[in-house]
Amino acid sequence: MPQNSLPDYRILPLDVAERMAHIKQRECVLKIDHVGKVFTQKRHQTVALEDINFDIHRREFVCVVGPSGCGKSTLIRILAGLEDTTSGRILVDGQPVNGPGPDRGMVFQKYTLFPWMDVCRNVMFGIEMGGTSKTEARREAMQWLQIVGLEQFATSFPHQLSGGMQQRVAIVRALAARPRVLLMDESFSALDAQTRLKMQNYLMEIWRKIDITIVFITHDLDEAIYLADRILVLKPRPGRVEEVIEVPLSRPRRATQMTSDEFLATKAHLEALIRSFGDNTEETDEGEEDFNIPLLTLVTDKAE
Amino acid sequence: MPSLAASWRLYGRTDRTARGVFGILAVLLPLLTWSAVSYLPFIWHPQILITDPGGEDYLESGMRMKRADFNRAVDEMRAKKLPAPQGIATNPVYFPSPGEVLSAFAHAFTSSAPTGAEHSITQAFGHSIRIIFWGFVISSLIGVPLGVLCGALPAMARLIEPSVDFFRYLPAPAFGALAVAILGIYDAPKIAIIVIGTLFQQILVIANTTRKLDFALIEAARTLGARGLRLLFRVVIPGILPDLYRDQRILLGWAWTYLIVAELIGTSSGITWFITQQARYQHFDNVYAAMALIGIVGLGTDMVLGLLARKFFTWKRENA
Repeated sequence: MPQNSLPDYRILPLDVAERMAHIKQRECVLKIDHVGKVFTQKRHQTVALEDINFDIHRREFVCVVGPSGCGKSTLIRILAGLEDTTSGRILVDGQPVNGPGPDRGMVFQKYTLFPWMDVCRNVMFGIEMGGTSKTEARREAMQWLQIVGLEQFATSFPHQLSGGMQQRVAIVRALAARPRVLLMDESFSALDAQTRLKMQNYLMEIWRKIDITIVFITHDLDEAIYLADRILVLKPRPGRVEEVIEVPLSRPRRATQMTSDEFLATKAHLEALIRSFGDNTEETDEGEEDFNIPLLTLVTDKAE
Repeated sequence: MPSLAASWRLYGRTDRTARGVFGILAVLLPLLTWSAVSYLPFIWHPQILITDPGGEDYLESGMRMKRADFNRAVDEMRAKKLPAPQGIATNPVYFPSPGEVLSAFAHAFTSSAPTGAEHSITQAFGHSIRIIFWGFVISSLIGVPLGVLCGALPAMARLIEPSVDFFRYLPAPAFGALAVAILGIYDAPKIAIIVIGTLFQQILVIANTTRKLDFALIEAARTLGARGLRLLFRVVIPGILPDLYRDQRILLGWAWTYLIVAELIGTSSGITWFITQQARYQHFDNVYAAMALIGIVGLGTDMVLGLLARKFFTWKRENA
């Protein structure tokens, strides 16, 4: 498809523009305030993140994309409090945070359910840590399981569930602790394509129903465009904010929107952006196009 | 049958039948070898058991001697035209047949003390089990909490592990004289040796197991608001429990290996005393019966503990 036949990705349809304006009026739940991160190994220093500055508003859905090595996983681990910042700070509802806490729930790529607890006990864990009594926690956990349609699996153990089901449990386990922000670190990348689409719809459905702000890290551009209100594009080495894209798709989202002009225009732009990063980096750890096979290498003994 | 062949291939698959067949052979083959060497006179039988000394006056019936010496004695007697000594081929006294050991084994449980022993094999063994039990319990009461703390708290690990590593290399029996001087000559120093032999390994092994808990689970628990003691008791301990249990099984075996040394300290006692005493009287069938008893009880406990683990930790088995 020729590039110029697509609309400009920056032009928001009216309803989307209205919605974005609305979101920006809401208070800022999560503030990333000039965050920098330097990893020091012996005398070698790696700048993972440099001066990241970003405000996330209440009930907003933000996706973070970038090529591998851009520090997006480091960023979400800093947001969760699992990693310290070298400079700058994270504020939740205006209060600086230190270390992990129940106000920021996290869903990991690996499901990380507690394998010795049944599904219900897993969901109860965060509720109980908040100081709720066991009977009350059980009641709440069952309600959460009902929301994701897993109440009949309450007494199953994680290893008895499929990957998609485990990830659904992991999501409600995080939500049950009543966080302000839900952080998702490539949460669906271990799932097969069909399950992933189903999970994306699930997540948006839950997000629509409850008061939660979501930060979602992914390397899948389709996923980012499909889910996000805004996409934060990170540039690698050092990790910096390259661009913030407001996704020109109206809500509620449907899989059919993935072939719309707006979607394709946004994707084309993102792809071009990410490809442009690949050119000026010396050490890339992923398979590149310029991967030369020496001429003399005998690949096959069948002569053409 | 194809599964039997597959079992001999590197990383080959086995099925129920093959495992059963090999399981039975594992017990049967050593027993058959032992029986063959004991009962088939042409395999080994390097000695002659004298049944009738004949004309040779230094021989007595019931005596064992080398086959070559016996043949020389027979030749000498024949030359002197005296009655030749009679005898049957036999194995040395330290190699009793399965039948003899079995009857000694059966005898051990039906009769009181054999010759030279103040206690029967069961009484002696009961005493040994008490020593092991207390040694292991005391060691675990200290070692398990300390090991878990060392694994979970970096400060504890830095403070405690260097000195544990130092003591770990001192052989437990080296503490024997010290233990007797401090704790007297009866059971206390024996228990102390078992504790010393087990405890230091236990701390390090359990600390390592604790460190190996999937860190992602700790991180997940932290983002759900778990900290401090609740993190320790709700996540760390349940998470390592199956591995901790397996470590304890291995360490219990370890404790057994210190038993013999421990029982020689102060007044010797228990199964070790029984074994040394019976060996002195050349009752090797009793010695083997006692050794077999240790092996059987050890294997038996481990199998029971293993079965219990399968029952308790289904989640671990099916996750692996």
